[in-house]
Amino acid sequence: MPQFIIRRTSYSIITLFILSLTIFAVVRFTGDPATLMAEPGARAEDLARVRAQWGLDRSWPVQYYQFVQNILSGNLGISFNYRMPVSELYFERLPNSLELAFAATLLSFLIGIPAGLLSAVRVDGVWDQTGKVVALLGLSIPGFWLGLVLILVFSVYLEWLPTGGKGDWRNLLMPALALGWYFAASLLRLTRSSMLEVMRSEYIKLARLKGLPGYVVIAKHGFKNALVPVLTLAGVNLVVMVNAAVIIEVVFAWPGIGRLLFEGIFQRDFPLVQGIVVLAGVMIVFVNLLIDILYAYIDPRIRLTR
Amino acid sequence: MSTTALPRAIDFAAPNPLRRWLRDLPLLPLLILLPFALAAIFAPFIAPYDPTEPVPGAKVFAPPFWMPDGNAATLLGTDFQSRDLLSRLIYGARVSLIVGLMGTVVAGSLGTAFGILSGYIGGWVDQLIMRVTDAWLALPALVFAIFLATVAGPSMWNIVIILGLVYWTRYARVIRGEVLSLREREFVQLAEIAGASRLRVIVRHILPNVLNTTMVLASLTIGVVIIAEASLSFLGVGVPPPEPAWGLMLSEARSTLMAGKWWLTVFPGACILLVVLATQLFGDWLRIRLDPQQRNL
Repeated sequence: MPQFIIRRTSYSIITLFILSLTIFAVVRFTGDPATLMAEPGARAEDLARVRAQWGLDRSWPVQYYQFVQNILSGNLGISFNYRMPVSELYFERLPNSLELAFAATLLSFLIGIPAGLLSAVRVDGVWDQTGKVVALLGLSIPGFWLGLVLILVFSVYLEWLPTGGKGDWRNLLMPALALGWYFAASLLRLTRSSMLEVMRSEYIKLARLKGLPGYVVIAKHGFKNALVPVLTLAGVNLVVMVNAAVIIEVVFAWPGIGRLLFEGIFQRDFPLVQGIVVLAGVMIVFVNLLIDILYAYIDPRIRLTR
Repeated sequence: MSTTALPRAIDFAAPNPLRRWLRDLPLLPLLILLPFALAAIFAPFIAPYDPTEPVPGAKVFAPPFWMPDGNAATLLGTDFQSRDLLSRLIYGARVSLIVGLMGTVVAGSLGTAFGILSGYIGGWVDQLIMRVTDAWLALPALVFAIFLATVAGPSMWNIVIILGLVYWTRYARVIRGEVLSLREREFVQLAEIAGASRLRVIVRHILPNVLNTTMVLASLTIGVVIIAEASLSFLGVGVPPPEPAWGLMLSEARSTLMAGKWWLTVFPGACILLVVLATQLFGDWLRIRLDPQQRNL
């Protein structure tokens, strides 16, 4: 186990190294980073000041060293627009994003798992056919468009829910649905196939032979075992949600990190954009590492392969 | 085996190949995709108006023709600059399909090339490519694409390259796995013994055998790429205005959504949905077609 943790952690460090190298290189290959780091419309002496401040007049290896050192010490630059350190802004908005991601995950579990179960128990029935259509639509409807249509129906025409912003549960409902939609559909598919597989196994046949009532077999023997791969998907879900949240937060004016990133793009606030991408990458690498270690702890087979 | 199940009757009276081929075609996805493809190719001949210019004499925000106030001259209504929505949707098909196809081609070529190199050459090349693949897989693709697009500046071809760069990793992973097992097969080893160069083995023996997998992966990527392009355009870092891209149209429609101008939001989104849905269905069909093991199931 310690060996596995060391190997897996070193992979994560390599990943972070490649991430930092990529961001560093892209900014320098595509133009003069000073024009990005200085405020739009800066004068020549301002550019010179920015170059000196960020060490842009030195050689690339030195610049890279400084770039990494800045990240490690939490110095991601100052946002032009907010006049505040980027890291401070990021952690100020993080709870809002987590709240939305949590609500979306909860909602997709509440929709996806029962629907998947229902499809698996009555294969090829009406529910299964409906489930198939929902799963297919879930993977093809762009989440942000679903959000726009929800606003149109529930805010503009029915006037039941607010169009956006942060507040009580009514503000959370539509963005959570738009964000969780894709995940709910994949949960439905996975629960269905996982459940079908489990229901064909020997121990389910034994449980039936024992004369247990059908719902006990399905709930206790079937569902419990079908849940393992479903929980695995929850880890992958985080990456998907970080991606989708950017655009959903913009649609619903939700004050999270995605909205912050959008403002950064819109205001040409380069330190903010770069800082958010770095931090989002670091967070995902870190969470993936934790998940992998957790699985290795639960399932010894993972530890031993490779 | 249960006694009630009869062996499946073998179809001796095979119909002629053409009819069989027609019967097996994925009708629904083709029926959806064909109009969009035709619209994209023949946009200048089909579109009633210039998609970037106001329609002469038309009002701004004219609703579709069946609504009161609607006008038969602008069938699906007009936008905030009194441009014809239908014409913009037709030209928008061009942007979506070109970016979807070309982005997938870039991603597929990069990923397949790296996958083959990694699997066939092995050693430190394999290590290097796989570490980079892992690193890029761990990045949130859309956020990374937004970053690249912000730095590179908005243009359609930039988006094609960026989305190719962001989505190649899955190909590399899968193809490498296939090549690892191909490398051990007799026909590859015999070719090596016969003195074929590495390049020849790769081009003549490895590549043709992984192309099916690349095709299946491509059919699954194309929808993702189309949605990603729409997302980037929606956020203002994709295809720049006044170009008619569906994502950009949704972005422009957002400010008037509250005023109930529903057609500007519903139609572009429905187009994205239909195209992505069709590519998904087509991908499912292709996967079963190209994988004999699944076909028999």
